[in-house]
Amino acid sequence: MAIDLDRCTGCEACVAACHAENNLPLSDPAEAEKGRAFHWLRVDRYYEGEFPDIRMKYMPVLCQQCEDAPCEPVCPTYATYHNAEGLNVQVYNRCIGTRYCGNNCPYSVRFFNWFEPEWPQPLELQHNPDVSIRPGGVMEKCTFCIQRIQRVKRDAKADGRAITDGEVQPACVQSCPAEAMTFGDLNDPESKVSRLAASGRATRLLEDLGTKPKVFYLQRAK
Amino acid sequence: MDTAVATRTDNLRATLWRPLAGFSRAYLAALVLTFLLGAWGLACWGYQIFRGIGVAGIRRPTMWGFYLVNFVFWIGISHAGTLISAILRLTDAGWRKPVTRIAEAITVFALMIGAMFPIIHLGRPLVFFWLIPYPNSRLLWPNFRSPLLWDLTAIVTYLSGSIIYLYLPLIPDLAELAQHSTGWRERFYRLLSFGWTGSDRQWHALERAMHRMAGMILAVAVSVHTVVAWDFAMAVAPLWHSTIFGPYFVAGAIFSGIAALLLVMSIIRRLLHLETYVLPVHFDNLGKLLFLMSLLWFYFTVAENLTTWYGNSPSEMNVFGSRVRGPFAPYFWIMILCNFVLPFLLLSSRRMRTIRNVTVAAVTVLIGMWLERYLIILPTLSYPRLAAVTGFYKPTWVEISITASTFAAMAMFYLIFCKLFPAIAVWEYKNDSHR
Repeated sequence: MAIDLDRCTGCEACVAACHAENNLPLSDPAEAEKGRAFHWLRVDRYYEGEFPDIRMKYMPVLCQQCEDAPCEPVCPTYATYHNAEGLNVQVYNRCIGTRYCGNNCPYSVRFFNWFEPEWPQPLELQHNPDVSIRPGGVMEKCTFCIQRIQRVKRDAKADGRAITDGEVQPACVQSCPAEAMTFGDLNDPESKVSRLAASGRATRLLEDLGTKPKVFYLQRAK
Repeated sequence: MDTAVATRTDNLRATLWRPLAGFSRAYLAALVLTFLLGAWGLACWGYQIFRGIGVAGIRRPTMWGFYLVNFVFWIGISHAGTLISAILRLTDAGWRKPVTRIAEAITVFALMIGAMFPIIHLGRPLVFFWLIPYPNSRLLWPNFRSPLLWDLTAIVTYLSGSIIYLYLPLIPDLAELAQHSTGWRERFYRLLSFGWTGSDRQWHALERAMHRMAGMILAVAVSVHTVVAWDFAMAVAPLWHSTIFGPYFVAGAIFSGIAALLLVMSIIRRLLHLETYVLPVHFDNLGKLLFLMSLLWFYFTVAENLTTWYGNSPSEMNVFGSRVRGPFAPYFWIMILCNFVLPFLLLSSRRMRTIRNVTVAAVTVLIGMWLERYLIILPTLSYPRLAAVTGFYKPTWVEISITASTFAAMAMFYLIFCKLFPAIAVWEYKNDSHR
């Protein structure tokens, strides 16, 4: 995935889309104040310069799907592991809730179900049937909308064709009005996301940790 | 056996076995009180399992809280026993006799309590056994790369080892107790004494077993707390990812272990009237050891903090700053006071090392070491690498209740232990008179 920070307006449409697509539990204000709100995708705000000459910078942060993910080796039950496509996936059924992965994630993008999830009436009627509801006591995080990836793969296979570039769109990418986000296959050097990642504008978050994130942030070089 | 030895043995029995018989009103009151407190802790845990781990104050990003602080603290306390008694046994320190069993019992109880905390802490405690590598129909194994699995292995080994280590020197005493008691106590002691008759062959085997266990348990004890340290040091979080953590934790564990031992010794001495056995010299010797460990702890703390400060890496300095002058500073400076300044004043000169002062120093060290564990876990989690994410942890009544109840549970276990077994090994004194 590539995210163009020069285009991002911080509107948080991606956050809302993620909530709707992935059946994220809602938190009441008291719980949210305790830092227990669920945002698989969040928009961090940074300020540049001295008041009153400040520039606000927005940075959408989601699971970076690291190639060398620090969360993976520490899980005692293999609830989080690397799948064949290089995605960092979470098996909810296998998670026993040690929360070690959450502590070891330098990007703090892992979210824990402190209680059984609840939705106020009638919101539970609009759950996405493609995404499972997580029980209390397990960890969850951004999946790159794996359900959408699977659907496109299935459709393409049924039609007997290859997946075209840009055919898979996670909810955040689809809903971004500024078209700041691009999703695609990094293994294909011709894909749009590969070209963006190879451009001089691309950086990765906390790159010096050696986690090899698969999210590229684009901004003009200083 | 001449009359002098016989009288001596009778005296030994009279003093050391006296606490086993009868229940005073104060004993029963203490037992009921500690039981109720412990039961309250269990009830709170039940409530937490029923409602969800969210009833604790942990949150994002501080996903570990009081439970893991207590876990490290109690595992540290458990080093009282085994390590100190094993060192004293291996070096054949003559003054060890009244100390060893008191210490070994602390180890077993502290481990039983400490080992509960990782389970209490789980999001889904009812499936904690998924951590155990057992054959199952789904052919699933746990992840052997995870420090938590090393932890489980180390603690289970240590718990079984220290139970054996407590039990072996009990055997001759149990056989003797069986001879001198009636009713259920006789059957109980007879069963536990495992057919001990006191033949030369049995003595020889026991001596050898105790010696070997002492050697093994030393290695296990050091490795256990190193692995506990690695739960943190293996993570890439700022100020956790430190090569010094293994030895730092082991030193801290022995430090708090000696403090716990001194506290229990001074309470037992008073309550069981063992003034003629637990002597000022024992407090003096262990006080010196506590002082030594205090210096060692301070050395590690300086080494850890000075290198961080000098290195000046931004993400580490965030955590460091929160400790020495930020929101965690009061706890940090109280810790320095309790772990170094006060023990230094109370223990450094011979005249100051009275039983009372040594006990006071032990209490401050226990407080200081609990704070140390708190300060290792929470500042790091409160200031993760991305500046946009911060959050402070506040324990809830559930966590505080469970924490308090474990101290009550420790007292309760000890009360029961002292009613069933002599706190000081009778045979060690008797053998001495034979030689």
